[in-house]
Amino acid sequence: MIRTQVAIIGAGPAGLAAAVELAQEQVDVLLIDEQEKPGGQLVKQIHKFFGSHKHYAGIRGIEIADQLFSEAKALGVKILANTAAYGLFGNRQIGIHKPHTYELGIVEADRIILATGASENPLWFPGWTLPGVMGAGAFQTMINVHRVLPGKKVVIVGSGNVGLIVAFQALQAGADVLMICEALPWVGGYEVHAAKVQRQGVPICLRTTIERALGQEGVEKIVLIRLDEHGKPIPGSAREIEADTVCISVGLSPLAELAWMAGCQFCYIDAMGGWIPVHDAWMKTTAENIWVAGDVAGIEEASTAIEEGRLAALGVALSLGVMREETAIDRRKEVTERLTELRMGPFGETRRIAKDPLCSL
Amino acid sequence: MRIMDHPVLGPMTPRREVEFFFEGRKMKGMEGEPIAAALMAMGIRVLRRSKWYGQPRGIFCAIGLCTDCMVVVDRVPNVRSCATPLREGMDIRMQLTSDGMRTLR
Repeated sequence: MIRTQVAIIGAGPAGLAAAVELAQEQVDVLLIDEQEKPGGQLVKQIHKFFGSHKHYAGIRGIEIADQLFSEAKALGVKILANTAAYGLFGNRQIGIHKPHTYELGIVEADRIILATGASENPLWFPGWTLPGVMGAGAFQTMINVHRVLPGKKVVIVGSGNVGLIVAFQALQAGADVLMICEALPWVGGYEVHAAKVQRQGVPICLRTTIERALGQEGVEKIVLIRLDEHGKPIPGSAREIEADTVCISVGLSPLAELAWMAGCQFCYIDAMGGWIPVHDAWMKTTAENIWVAGDVAGIEEASTAIEEGRLAALGVALSLGVMREETAIDRRKEVTERLTELRMGPFGETRRIAKDPLCSL
Repeated sequence: MRIMDHPVLGPMTPRREVEFFFEGRKMKGMEGEPIAAALMAMGIRVLRRSKWYGQPRGIFCAIGLCTDCMVVVDRVPNVRSCATPLREGMDIRMQLTSDGMRTLR
């Protein structure tokens, strides 16, 4: 059994930021991550972030991951990579599994931060199980992390930021992006990202969705269909195009199984991706010893995940008695101000409105 | 197809080339890359067949969550090909049933 003061499950932006913050207070921290390389989904974000300098504007996601991880390492944070946290036993014990070596073990921690992130939502249509239909994030992982191209003729379903960014990165990787289709009458993601792909000649087809994917041993053709103002398919509008890859980018859902296991209270907030663990302004859940941070606490962005990681760390530090209450409250105020800044604008606003009542509990 | 050069990431860092087998055929891949990446680079998309209807399945999430890409490695079934590093000499088979019964034949 491995003993630690604080265990953080997930070494993405939220987990790494929390680890750095706690290690600065001389807390003994252990990060547990299923992937070989820490950084979570940052490891495939090869685009530059924008916004303000406080939020890593102008820096690529991959660099943010490296930066956070080297800070954590320098502060003595320990990491268990290639290790899945498969369950929680009570509120202190984490069951771990190393699939490459078939090892099982238990980590016992005084405090646990769940920073497990999110998973991509699937989309059901005839042919959705064919090889070649994949999450947009999956395509991004294959091209940017593993450097292999899953297909040459790509159609993106969903025009949120993930769809728009992956479309551009597919072009950079040498694929032909035939179109981005969007069921809604407007583009889901930021105008900057949409403009960038449109400049490259990729059409964004609104009120259009995939009707089916066709093929024997993988996608060969797809059928697109136009939707009317009620979202119903327009008869006779179906059109067949040749494609070998369909990237699904229709949102993410919090990966909250461990929080369910711990008996945390949940609430359903559509704007945050569905069921999320109820948490206070310190990111503490309703379960003893369990904190949350990042996408598991509601789908947002890497920059907000980093700030939430810091909040959780402050909460944990306070509860361990390694930080004075006044200091923790002052620091929390600074972080909360930055979070509010991040949650401005048409996209952030809905999330802020959704989250604020939670945090005032 | 491998992305040898990339406008942001630059040229690919060379890794040791290793030999492995897929469905008995000898293939080459990079040591330590996910099995799924090595197979994709060889143009292989079908990694598994569904239990009842034998439908083809391939990569879906690429980060070890969905288990759609499971293969049989050295007679061990249910190995997630997207999350398992490639090693020299691996004997990789398409998984034909979800419980890997094929290995018992």
